[in-house]
Amino acid sequence: MSNMENLVEVKNLKEYFNITTGMFQSKPLKAVDDVSFAIRKGETLGLVGESGCGKTTVGRTILHLYKPTAGEIWFKGKKIETKADIMEYRKKSAMVFQDPYSSLNPRMTVSDIIGEPLDIHKMYADKAERQEKILELMNRVGLNSEHASRYAHEFSGGQRQRIGIARALATSPEFVVCDEPVSALDVSIQAQVINMFDELQDQMDLTYLFIAHDLLVVRHISDRIAVMYLGKMVELADAKEIYDHPLHPYSKSLMSAVPVPDPKIARANQRVVLTGDIPSPLNAPSGCPFRTRCPYACDACAEAMPELKEVSPGHFVACHRVAEIN
Amino acid sequence: MALLEVRDLHTAFTTPAGTVNAVNGVSFNLERGKVLGIVGESGSGKSVTAYSIMQILEKNGKIVSGSVKIDGQELVGAGEKVMKTVRGNKISIIFQDPMTSLNPTYTVGHQLTEAILLHTNRNKKQAYDRAVEMLRLVNINEPHKRMKQYPYEFSGGMRQRIMIAMALACEPDILIADEPTTALDVTIQAQILELMKSLQEELGMAIIMITHDLGVVAQMCDEVIVMYAGSICEQGTADEIFYNPRHEYTKGLMHSIPTVNNDDEKLEPISGTPIDLLNMPKGCPFAPRCDAAMKICLRERCQRMEINEDHAAACWMNVKEQMEQEEGGEEA
Repeated sequence: MSNMENLVEVKNLKEYFNITTGMFQSKPLKAVDDVSFAIRKGETLGLVGESGCGKTTVGRTILHLYKPTAGEIWFKGKKIETKADIMEYRKKSAMVFQDPYSSLNPRMTVSDIIGEPLDIHKMYADKAERQEKILELMNRVGLNSEHASRYAHEFSGGQRQRIGIARALATSPEFVVCDEPVSALDVSIQAQVINMFDELQDQMDLTYLFIAHDLLVVRHISDRIAVMYLGKMVELADAKEIYDHPLHPYSKSLMSAVPVPDPKIARANQRVVLTGDIPSPLNAPSGCPFRTRCPYACDACAEAMPELKEVSPGHFVACHRVAEIN
Repeated sequence: MALLEVRDLHTAFTTPAGTVNAVNGVSFNLERGKVLGIVGESGSGKSVTAYSIMQILEKNGKIVSGSVKIDGQELVGAGEKVMKTVRGNKISIIFQDPMTSLNPTYTVGHQLTEAILLHTNRNKKQAYDRAVEMLRLVNINEPHKRMKQYPYEFSGGMRQRIMIAMALACEPDILIADEPTTALDVTIQAQILELMKSLQEELGMAIIMITHDLGVVAQMCDEVIVMYAGSICEQGTADEIFYNPRHEYTKGLMHSIPTVNNDDEKLEPISGTPIDLLNMPKGCPFAPRCDAAMKICLRERCQRMEINEDHAAACWMNVKEQMEQEEGGEEA
């Protein structure tokens, strides 16, 4: 049973990597630990958190680029299980990567990079149709058709990211995972790409999972935002709600740490500066992973991980003391 | 007299593809105890300006002309001997990447005391004490134990603290911070910025903060320089730059970043791509991307013009406005 309004649903997703710790010893690194959420059709869900919190792993596992250790992924009300499911699902989903310098094959021409997904899924009848599709995609992302026979190194960062986006859109997907798609770009180019994501979403009826660490960018593009910390999801709510009224102590400090480009606001901002660093995910604390840095931690926090509970309509928080501290 | 005076600085790099004029006539003053931000995109010459002041350019880079004076002492052409007494003592620098700026084969204590022994007259014991004191100052717990550890045993944020401790150990008058928090996470960035601000107030030094993040500038800086293609397009107090930008590039930057107030609006990106420094246009370097560009912008570069005593910009739009005002005034 699944809600049809949700395009993608993730249930109790776990992704552990085995890390060698000694000659014959290994230890699971719990990159994603029991995460459940749903992405509604046509929305943009922002996923934020610091490095090592598992946001990229969520993005990759959700597309079955990593085999989930445990848990289920549902797409359009259907559970993705068999190889055939995965192949079909991959046609309907795509990914835009962070680094436009290393995610494009330097030996392939732009038209071959964009055409590769079409080749894999055999989505054209003849060569002319393939070429036509490629040129249409290039046109859509604002690339000149003269560029089709050039190589990636001939382009600037912003243009390379456009090539990556055209490739992602080649199979006309419904769901796109964007993993830090603008963080490698200069500020003036960032805005061009962000606007393009917005326009493409309207034109092609896309659903995004937008992973980024720049909170102002995420807030701008997302309908809802999820916050992760050490492999767990700690808060999920509407973009403005979570930015203006974060409830989890970690989200509070995260939101207040954002440098706002406005001197008057920045001077008046009362920051909640956290002490200490993120613990290693190999030795994650028991119970709530945030308790070692949390100013409100109590004994209960060390015992059990709080569940992600709906505290007000559409606002989910995983904190034992959420009622007391707000 | 200003603490640091930079006048008409030109720095060029010789590359196989031709000469790259990375810095073209940069001038500014830095007063004691102030925080100056230099913003710009990659290739705008903000780091090269800093490296030119410190004279730590790559081998193919050279200061072509101009003057850099610290406390009235001329540094351009002063020679390596003089620079060795200036670096560390008067000006220190911290780099962007805390992961690669420490030597992995020496303990943190060794690297800290080495810097102190080199630049001051302390003996080994005194240098060790000073290093421990500095670690305490940057909020590193158990400094005696930490002195014996290697860089890999520290997290990114802590390594950046050690870099700050090292830079401040000899009490420089000026600290240059080249994208000090770009490689760090937001909550760690907040810690480091807070630390720099409090140390700056405590020790009374001046900071040159090089960054591309306008948020960091808004939070830290008293004065701001905006650079594009190796020249200064606008400079002034932070409030003037943010609330009254007078150069088309600065205006473009302000409109292209998401803020807290504009999330329903579309961002207004700057069109085109950053300039190729090997093929600089004749006129204003920003003119090819500028929506408001006039004929004169393509022909001739605008000189720096005072807007008010806290603010100057190099944009023909201001000249045009002034002329229109004058004409209007005559008619009335």
